[in-house]
Amino acid sequence: MDDMKQAVLEYVINEYLEDEDDEIDLDTPLISGGIVDSFSMVSLKRFLENKYQINIPDEQATPEAFDSVNKIIVLVESFLK
Amino acid sequence: MSQFGSYEERIKNFSWSMAEQELEYRPGDVINIGWYCSDRICQQGKADKPALLWEGMGGKEKTYTYNDIRLASNTIGKFLRDLGIKPEDRVCLFMDKIPELYLGFLGVLKIGAIAQPLFSAFGGESLFVRLEDAQTRAIITQRKHVSKVRKVLEQMPFLEHIIIVDYDEKKELREREVAFSLEKATPVEQFEIHPTTAESPSVLHYTSGTTGKPKGVQHVHYSLISQYLSAQWALDLRDDDIYWCTADPGWVTGTSYGIIAPFSLGITQCVQDIGFSANNWYQFIEKKRVTVWYSAPTAIRSLMKAGEEIVKKFDLSSLRHLTSVGEPLNSEAVIWSQAVLGLPFHDTYWQTETGSIMITNFPGMKVKPGSMGRAFPGLTATILDMKTYEPINEPSKVGLIGFKPDWPAMMRTYWNNKEAYESKFINGWYISGDRSSIDREGYFWFAGRDDDIINTAGHLVSPFEVESALLEHEAVAESAVVAKPDDVNMEVVKAFVTLKPGFEANADMELNIMNFIRKTLSPLAMPQEIEYMPSLPKTRSGKIMRRMLRAREWGEDIGDTSTLDND
Repeated sequence: MDDMKQAVLEYVINEYLEDEDDEIDLDTPLISGGIVDSFSMVSLKRFLENKYQINIPDEQATPEAFDSVNKIIVLVESFLK
Repeated sequence: MSQFGSYEERIKNFSWSMAEQELEYRPGDVINIGWYCSDRICQQGKADKPALLWEGMGGKEKTYTYNDIRLASNTIGKFLRDLGIKPEDRVCLFMDKIPELYLGFLGVLKIGAIAQPLFSAFGGESLFVRLEDAQTRAIITQRKHVSKVRKVLEQMPFLEHIIIVDYDEKKELREREVAFSLEKATPVEQFEIHPTTAESPSVLHYTSGTTGKPKGVQHVHYSLISQYLSAQWALDLRDDDIYWCTADPGWVTGTSYGIIAPFSLGITQCVQDIGFSANNWYQFIEKKRVTVWYSAPTAIRSLMKAGEEIVKKFDLSSLRHLTSVGEPLNSEAVIWSQAVLGLPFHDTYWQTETGSIMITNFPGMKVKPGSMGRAFPGLTATILDMKTYEPINEPSKVGLIGFKPDWPAMMRTYWNNKEAYESKFINGWYISGDRSSIDREGYFWFAGRDDDIINTAGHLVSPFEVESALLEHEAVAESAVVAKPDDVNMEVVKAFVTLKPGFEANADMELNIMNFIRKTLSPLAMPQEIEYMPSLPKTRSGKIMRRMLRAREWGEDIGDTSTLDND
């Protein structure tokens, strides 16, 4: 679980954070905070699907479900059970 | 009762001089949009009226009165002038929807320079192509975006100043970089505004073309006339409104109707600079008591997707007029808003090139769900035969939308590209590139584009630009990019690629290519799907048959394949 949190957080920092001085944590709003836009969300979803070998249906890939690393982990976990 | 009143009466008595008189402008006078949007409103006794209610991330809020925006635009104008920026120099505004974007836009115009707003999500390559074409002298940006400028800086000797509006002194400024803080700068009370006239260049917006580089659509200060009038008639903006235009000023709606029109009318407008969520948006409307809302079909469809229950949590009773722009507004969205919000969205149709609203469902008129509405008074709009470019006078027959020039906000040229500009006019008509029909009552019904341009969430993406960027990826040998239908965004980008030997066509490579385009061009241009192919369909002369791939995505007939190379 902690490994997963770290992996997703690192991916978000490396791929989407534009200002290298900005810091984010597991609860930082990603979508409503403007860090990941709705188009880029597609690539984040694809990353999760590839890494965890899951399929997230579009209707569950909502801005709310992707709005923080912690929320993303809850979503991913639901497909791993 | 709307300000617009009767369509027939407006047509009968129409003259653009109506707006000129309201703005106390006479042909030959000085006309400067920066002055009209701030100083003039203050002179009308509205200096203390809120002009901009801004809300950013983390609950940050700022309010600017008309006097504040007058002083701020003076201050930015003076800073630019002191740097040596001259009239008609291009100054790029490359920021999120922060107050400096709105105030800087007016400051640039006040010194007679040309404002070149660019969408802040653009990557380095998209930025470079547009700055190089315009030979931009200065760029105003934020710390978070400066790395994208630095990446392509060596290729841009013409770019003399990189102005950072939120420099925090944590790291040293680099070559050509300079800090500017609106909060720390001494407000400039008295400022000599450059005496621009009607045909002085004002704004340069870049738009995508099917082939070749993006084109710089150049507007002039006289555009104010039609932007001012159409905001009253099509958006029904009134003095006591709280107006919310959700468009980003990196695109034309965000400047024509997100800065120029509301400020020149002395309206209070609000801006939200946080990411989209249905909850955020409804909360914002409730909190700011928004009365007039100008948004886009993709956003409306996203709200529809969020459901009706969430709407009930908010008091949206302040809303009185809803409008939409950017892509065709489907009838379901109009019917939904009538049922759920109690008001229909009114579609407006126009383009970066036209500068102001051309066709709309006017307030007070019958809204035909799914229709773009009727032509703005003073315009001659028609449907042209796609081969002869002669008007079609047969109701419901599809052709190209054409307009008789001129109207005040019409583009004056494509920057550095007179040939492309002239190609937009045939038989005396401006050819929009959009297909439509007209019904017996004069309502236009959108039928599609006449080219391969992809309209995704109301933003135009050039397949050529994405294909070129794909070829810069180390694994891609060939590429073809088409629009793919999408329930929310209307269209999204889809890429077909062949890979070079030694690279494996798998899911990780797909993600790698997607991210490459997202960072090189923009998230909008990122293919939402990549399909690997052993080879792309080509004509015998070697041209990739993009048309065939597009038809396949849309479930359409692939047409004539006699020129297909089957080898």
